[in-house]
Amino acid sequence: MEKNFKQQLMGYMAGNFTCKEVAQLITEYLEGSFSLSQRVRFQMHIGLCLACRNYLRQMKYTVATLGQLPAEPVPPEVKEALMNRFRTWKKEQSSQGSPADSQKPS
Amino acid sequence: MSLFLWPWPSSLFVALGVPTLHDTIQLDEAGMVQALQRGDESVFSAVMEEYSGSLLRLAMSFVPSRAVAEEVVQETWMGVLEGIGRFEGRSSFKTWLFRILTNRAKTRGIREKRYVPFGLPGSDSDGDDGPSLEDSLFVPEGSGEGHWADPPQGWEADTPERALLSKECRLAIEEAISGLPDNQRQVITLRDVEGVSAEEICNILSISETNQRVLLHRARTKVRRVLDPYVRGGKK
Repeated sequence: MEKNFKQQLMGYMAGNFTCKEVAQLITEYLEGSFSLSQRVRFQMHIGLCLACRNYLRQMKYTVATLGQLPAEPVPPEVKEALMNRFRTWKKEQSSQGSPADSQKPS
Repeated sequence: MSLFLWPWPSSLFVALGVPTLHDTIQLDEAGMVQALQRGDESVFSAVMEEYSGSLLRLAMSFVPSRAVAEEVVQETWMGVLEGIGRFEGRSSFKTWLFRILTNRAKTRGIREKRYVPFGLPGSDSDGDDGPSLEDSLFVPEGSGEGHWADPPQGWEADTPERALLSKECRLAIEEAISGLPDNQRQVITLRDVEGVSAEEICNILSISETNQRVLLHRARTKVRRVLDPYVRGGKK
């Protein structure tokens, strides 16, 4: 009974977002698509709820980790084939006039 | 001395004709585009080195095999050479590049019967038609309804760079991404791995902002779950 009251009080103070709603809306928050009032309610909840604060940190960490993933390795033969195709393209451009002349920068 | 420390507004630099960092980046990109238009081989080589890995990662979310993805990357660079003369700088070069790749990869994906365009029957389903991803994490009913069943703990992680030093962790993340439904994989690759803005992603993939956020949320939630044991200290 006491726990129930504590949770209700917490819900009232934390802007009425439940923890589940915070987890469901976390990308909306991180992507900046909340209205001002939603953002305030979300931040009130985060300020009062350690578990949701941890979850938010975990999501931010996940995004940061994804941003640090190394590039997909491209085989050298693919790069070599590309350079050959580039040289062929350049020759074709030269035979039609210089690339710079035939393709004016916009 | 304090004059030098004063945080001068960038508008003052503009008024004085001093290039700002933003201008410098713009100039560099404009210079690079002009060099490509001239057919400068060393610039093409450098740009190709810089972006091919990103292009390959994205291509693999559209087509069924790495070999086909590598072909799509080559076709994309040919598309760049054909179109560079018409590049107007309305978007960044990188966004333009991703758009060319997406168009070519979609065509290849349809031919290989993998890609279903957004908006066509079957495209709404991304394998997440069941209950919301968060359902299992919360108390389903009773006095604690909507509260954490097992409250998240702080991760004992160092920086993301250090987490990725663990080969096992890096492979787990790569596998998590490749196991996502295609449209979630495309969105998280562009947004979080490549840092493309949400608006540009909607443009590149021809999807609504809401759809973009839903796909991103589902994808991030799954990757977080995979990352969890590696940064909790349970697995190394």
